[in-house]
Amino acid sequence: MKEYSENYLLKPERAVGIIGYGAYVPRYRLPASEVNRIWRSGHGGVPVKEKSVPGLDEDVVTMSIEAARNALSRTNVLPTDIRAVWVGSESHPYAVKPTSTIVAEAIGAVPNVQAGDWQFACKAGTEAIVAAIGLVGSKMANYAMAIGMDTAQGKPGDALEYTAAAGGAAYLIGPADESVAIINCTYSFVTDTPDFWRRAYQKYPEHGQRFTGEPAYFKHVTEAGKYLMKATGTSAEDYTYAVFHQPNTKFPQRAATSLGFSAEQISAGLLAPLIGNTYAGAAIIGLTAILDIAKPGDRIMMVSFGSGAGSDAFSITVTEEINKFRDKAPSTQDYISRRTEIDYAVYSRMRGKLVMK
Amino acid sequence: MTEVVIAGIGQTSVGEKWEVSLRELAFYAIEQALEDSGGLNPQALYVGNMLAPQISRQAQLGTLIADFAGMNGIEAVTIEAAGASGGAALRSGFLAVSSGLVDVVLVVGVEKFMDQVGSVIDSALATAIDSDYEAVHGLTLTAQAAMLMRRYIYEFNTPRSAFAAFPLTAHANGVANPNAMFRKAIKPETYERAGIVSDPINMFDVAPNADGAAAVILTRKDLLPSGFPHPFIRIAGSSLVTDTLSLHDRPHPLVFHAARVSVERACQQARITPIQMDFFELDDAFSIYALLSLEAAGFAEKGQGWHLSHDNCLGLNGSMPICTMGGSKARGNPGGATGVYQAVEAVMQLRGHAGENQIKDARRAMIQCLGGPASTAATHILETLS
Repeated sequence: MKEYSENYLLKPERAVGIIGYGAYVPRYRLPASEVNRIWRSGHGGVPVKEKSVPGLDEDVVTMSIEAARNALSRTNVLPTDIRAVWVGSESHPYAVKPTSTIVAEAIGAVPNVQAGDWQFACKAGTEAIVAAIGLVGSKMANYAMAIGMDTAQGKPGDALEYTAAAGGAAYLIGPADESVAIINCTYSFVTDTPDFWRRAYQKYPEHGQRFTGEPAYFKHVTEAGKYLMKATGTSAEDYTYAVFHQPNTKFPQRAATSLGFSAEQISAGLLAPLIGNTYAGAAIIGLTAILDIAKPGDRIMMVSFGSGAGSDAFSITVTEEINKFRDKAPSTQDYISRRTEIDYAVYSRMRGKLVMK
Repeated sequence: MTEVVIAGIGQTSVGEKWEVSLRELAFYAIEQALEDSGGLNPQALYVGNMLAPQISRQAQLGTLIADFAGMNGIEAVTIEAAGASGGAALRSGFLAVSSGLVDVVLVVGVEKFMDQVGSVIDSALATAIDSDYEAVHGLTLTAQAAMLMRRYIYEFNTPRSAFAAFPLTAHANGVANPNAMFRKAIKPETYERAGIVSDPINMFDVAPNADGAAAVILTRKDLLPSGFPHPFIRIAGSSLVTDTLSLHDRPHPLVFHAARVSVERACQQARITPIQMDFFELDDAFSIYALLSLEAAGFAEKGQGWHLSHDNCLGLNGSMPICTMGGSKARGNPGGATGVYQAVEAVMQLRGHAGENQIKDARRAMIQCLGGPASTAATHILETLS
């Protein structure tokens, strides 16, 4: 048996692609220096510059609707032609009751539609995309909406509080010949690696500290990326852009370097320094930022990572259609520059961190 | 008394071994030691370990490891004395062989921190101090070492920078040790800039907890197979001494009394003085421990040990090299395995197998590990037989 068999690649019978894409980032920003001020007396380094914070009336439902509407705006597809609305998140507002039905209703995709919520820590969004590729690629449906969105929870004082952010993206998946970017194939690398988790009734996730690095993030991201390149006969220089799950600034930079990508290749999609870690939205909102500037023919590699743990790697090629639809909705950078800075006190109120009982 | 020789050595690299279990870790070291000994068959196994019941929820390491290593049925038991566990296990092995009751002993030091993270490890380590009178107040080993260091600085008007010599020496020596966790030398500026862990202890004043296992085979010289390929190295002196468990019960907290008495007894047994050693593998779990250990061993007067760092006597070419393979600071601190690592590293030096870190013509080594602030001190003197 060959060490690298193409059999492990996930590739649909019918070629599929991204018909429309949309990003969403809430307007509020908490500088990491604020977390430092409160919890570290201002000492020590910070993993990002600032993170996005959802407003008082925002949650994964409202944010998913925003992103999905942006994605639809970049298409000529009727919402009633959508056969699936899938939302991946680790901050679904309800434990029981789908986010996706509310989103599907809001965008006008009901009632002839599949709806479901996905959960795989930070790769729930790409999990939904891969499923959508399967649905469309098998011709069971022509269009499926896959969303990755989070209002991530960071325990006060924990290392993750600096980065746990809000935001994400929505992708309408459909036939390749209508797409702004073709998804050539994907590859998923998954093991039982308990690096980060939140049990039922817990408010905040726990994590394995340094265990989240080497054996979790780096192993899965690099294995997925390496295999995708080997199996597709490509190397880093064949891609114009690459984007990785971005829990902070350094992790994706290091993963990129180890896979042979340059700083230029990842800069467009590296948003964590400015918006933090949007969890299920992190890799895929990096991709919306890339699609905002990519040219036809550009190749993009995306590798997500979800704790628990696994990575989905995507090989994507931008088509001529991109120029027709790109400007039909706000760009990712529009959302990033729409910025209202808040301090830790306001953040505490907005995120319900003040608990006296 | 029967002459006890170290016939085989083995060690794993030290670090974050997420993927290796406690039993596997121990086995990797045992496998090497058995092979190195030319195939001796141990009749007894002494396991030095400090934290397995709390961190890995595993007791009976003697049985666990003997079984996993294919030695089911032999005598096997865990020896625990916090950070001195490895030295205490070595001492037990020495007693067994020198008594004539056991021909071949396997001593394994194994510690696995990475089964847990964060405060679980701090709590487990705090069991090394007095639970009723120290840990109950929230004291940890690091906080206690910080108080000792602050007191030392106050009493002896010591510049803070004097402590840099210990991590600097350890890191310089760790570079050429393939089993070391940190193989990068550090500069004085790096030490000065390091973040504070527990004032005045900075990041370089505390050795990193890490997973690792080391093993030695002890036997009598006359039982060695013919054609035994290594120089004969005997345990010339062995001693284990205890002090008060609580630091506040000691008349002079800055005197590591047990460490001193342990050195005296081991030296008396070996009929040599500390100054005749070619190097000293001391316990550098904290910079202040290393300093107080040097004073306890008589290499400096009380309050004067920090001058040794000025005179550069601690480096590989100094008058009394310490931490020759990186010590706990650079090799990594494998808790209850430390004493066995020290024995393995000392044997490498005495065999002339220490590579770039070789101490020229090394014939005598003193190794010492401590439980907490020398609440237990285990000292051994290893000597090349001519």
